[in-house]
Amino acid sequence: MGAQFYYTIEVFLNGLMAGVMYALVALGFVLIFKSSGIFNYAQGVMALFAAQTLVGIQTGLVPFSHLINAALGTDVHHFGWHIPGILSILLTTLVMIGFAWVVIKLVLKPLAGQEPIILFMATIGLAYFMEGFGDLMWGSDIKKLDVGLPQGGNFAIEEATASLGGPDFYGFYLDNLDIWAAVIATLLVVALTLFSQYTATGRALRAVADDHQAALSVGINLEKIWVVVWGVAGFVALVAGIMWGSKLGVQFSLSLIALKALPVLMLGGFTSIPGAIVGGLIIGVGEKLFEFAIGPMIGGATENWFAYVLALIFLVFRPQGLFGDKIIERV
Amino acid sequence: MKKLATLATAAVMAASPVLADLVFPSLSYRTGPYAANGIPFADGYADYFTLLNERDGGIGGVPIRMVECETGYNTEKGVECYESTKGEGALVYQPLSTGITYQLIPKASADGIPVHSMGYGRTSAANGKVFEWIFNYPANYWNGASHVVNHILEENGGDVTGKKIALVYHNSAYGKEPIRTLEELSKKHGFELSLIPVDHPGQEQKSQWLQIRRERPDYVTMWGWGVMNQVAIQEAANIRFPMENFIGIWWSASENDVLPAGDGANGYKALAMNSTGSDFPIYGDLQKYVVDAGKAAGAGDQLGTVLYNRGMYAAMLAAEAAKKAQEIHGVGDITPAMMRDGMEALEITAAGMEALGLPNFGPEFAVSCDNHGGPGLGAVQQWDAAAGKWSLITEFGPSDSDVINALIEEDSAAYAAENSLTPRDCS
Repeated sequence: MGAQFYYTIEVFLNGLMAGVMYALVALGFVLIFKSSGIFNYAQGVMALFAAQTLVGIQTGLVPFSHLINAALGTDVHHFGWHIPGILSILLTTLVMIGFAWVVIKLVLKPLAGQEPIILFMATIGLAYFMEGFGDLMWGSDIKKLDVGLPQGGNFAIEEATASLGGPDFYGFYLDNLDIWAAVIATLLVVALTLFSQYTATGRALRAVADDHQAALSVGINLEKIWVVVWGVAGFVALVAGIMWGSKLGVQFSLSLIALKALPVLMLGGFTSIPGAIVGGLIIGVGEKLFEFAIGPMIGGATENWFAYVLALIFLVFRPQGLFGDKIIERV
Repeated sequence: MKKLATLATAAVMAASPVLADLVFPSLSYRTGPYAANGIPFADGYADYFTLLNERDGGIGGVPIRMVECETGYNTEKGVECYESTKGEGALVYQPLSTGITYQLIPKASADGIPVHSMGYGRTSAANGKVFEWIFNYPANYWNGASHVVNHILEENGGDVTGKKIALVYHNSAYGKEPIRTLEELSKKHGFELSLIPVDHPGQEQKSQWLQIRRERPDYVTMWGWGVMNQVAIQEAANIRFPMENFIGIWWSASENDVLPAGDGANGYKALAMNSTGSDFPIYGDLQKYVVDAGKAAGAGDQLGTVLYNRGMYAAMLAAEAAKKAQEIHGVGDITPAMMRDGMEALEITAAGMEALGLPNFGPEFAVSCDNHGGPGLGAVQQWDAAAGKWSLITEFGPSDSDVINALIEEDSAAYAAENSLTPRDCS
């Protein structure tokens, strides 16, 4: 086999890895939509806020330091500590759960029973509020995120495969961070599945997802379920924030990763966790192979739009997505 | 009676607030995806004017009023900012965005307000015969493309025949600016040029860097902005591309771009139109009159960074042009038209920069009626990850004027034809 064949495989493998990264973002959307019917526009900003909070806690940044210094004439910026990565992740998870509670109490509960479009618009407001709040709290400078995940190409794989495709093939390139993302995404999906199948809260969550009214009639506390769901979505946002933040640095553009999740949701369906994973993989592989094979002929930079074309093609034939629930409206 | 009238006039003038001021709008972006870059530039721009007010009482005794307007790096908002501030007596606009500059070129030209797009915007605006109100000194994108090639030529003993150079660029008007110049230089010097676009915002560049890994170019140059820069530098480090062969334009050259990649960014190079660091006498004054006095535009934590220095440099060039305008017209309270005259007669000398507390901070240059871009001098800076700082590794050198001037003539002639403009006579 020639080098071109092996490079095609390399692009395919990297497409799978990119797909996992997209799926991590899409998972947060699915969790909230499935349980409450809300398309959470703020999911990307939640990933940014979670990553900002993680770096802030880990590196001992004083929250709202600019505000404090301006108001009190002080000059405080750091607490002077450095917390280990795992502990910082746990503390950030608590912050995200607290955030979920506040959102439910102040935004969603007062709007309970409103049309989905109203709730969607509320999440748009929430997203813009959080953008400003996160910058005010932690500053808008670009921060390095380091929780000990390995970065860079996996040279063991590269060297082991270098002899496959002749002198013009340099071995398969796979990013260590992407490999870790795949492992973490797998663990996350297994954990979410076990949680929803084998815990009382998980079963209640599924009941709410199936039928709100029926769930309420058997005594399920909807508010508690929403806090759990938004808390879990906050944790998923944190995981996505860690993986993408390790790649880009923690900065505003982290919130734009939501754009990468939209075609995944269109393809995989808004209500299916396996759909988010499979959708992510199809989008990742599809866009990378298209860029590799067709991109050079048409000027390149095809990935952003091709992902949506691919999703639209699926949408035409299967409007609910690959794994989404079929929408049936009875008269 | 005459004496009484004089006394009355003097009394009125003494009692009235000083109405004259020099208005410098700052189209800044402290929010949005590019805020991390917009903030230090805006701080540097504002702090320099604050320093002049606090230390010198303004320019030529006339106080400066800076009007800041948030664009979010959004072209529509930038135009709104222009429209809402031009009536305040704006002397010169520094749009800080190629997109906004393109929109302001016809508007500002019609309104008679100069625009200074320093190292960005429409490159052919360097032709002052066509673009009477637009200035882009001290260097433009085409100069930048030539500086990259010159540096590579220097490293290869003047011969780059058969070398491969890849351009990784933001897939926008900005990112595409150097392509024509690089194509011409490729024909002239015999290197192979490969074009690799990255779509906005550029968080995912795996395909582009796999392509670079396959094609193995000898050098990569980058026209990026924002997150695209950080991801590109990280991906280059990931594939073990030799960082000393990776050269960015001056908008891919800040601390923000290299810090997220950590040690992996060590050795990365980028172009510079002004010097780096805070080892200049002016920083003592900035600390004393601006930061310690609690008058800094931001938190006072950006002093000496690449983009703060660039913002400060832009303000310095504006202030020097205003001084020149006052000198030419013999008045303190200058108009935008007078400011344009000052910009066109601007001369930056080594002695002048030293007197300002900025010795060797930028190149010496002069602007003229037909040349609004200056000589296009530029230098190369390199990142030292261990020390956490940029250092200039070359002097400010010239670009290939034979190639660039021909392109400027061609593009500006096309603009003049499209807009039915008759070029000015600058002889």
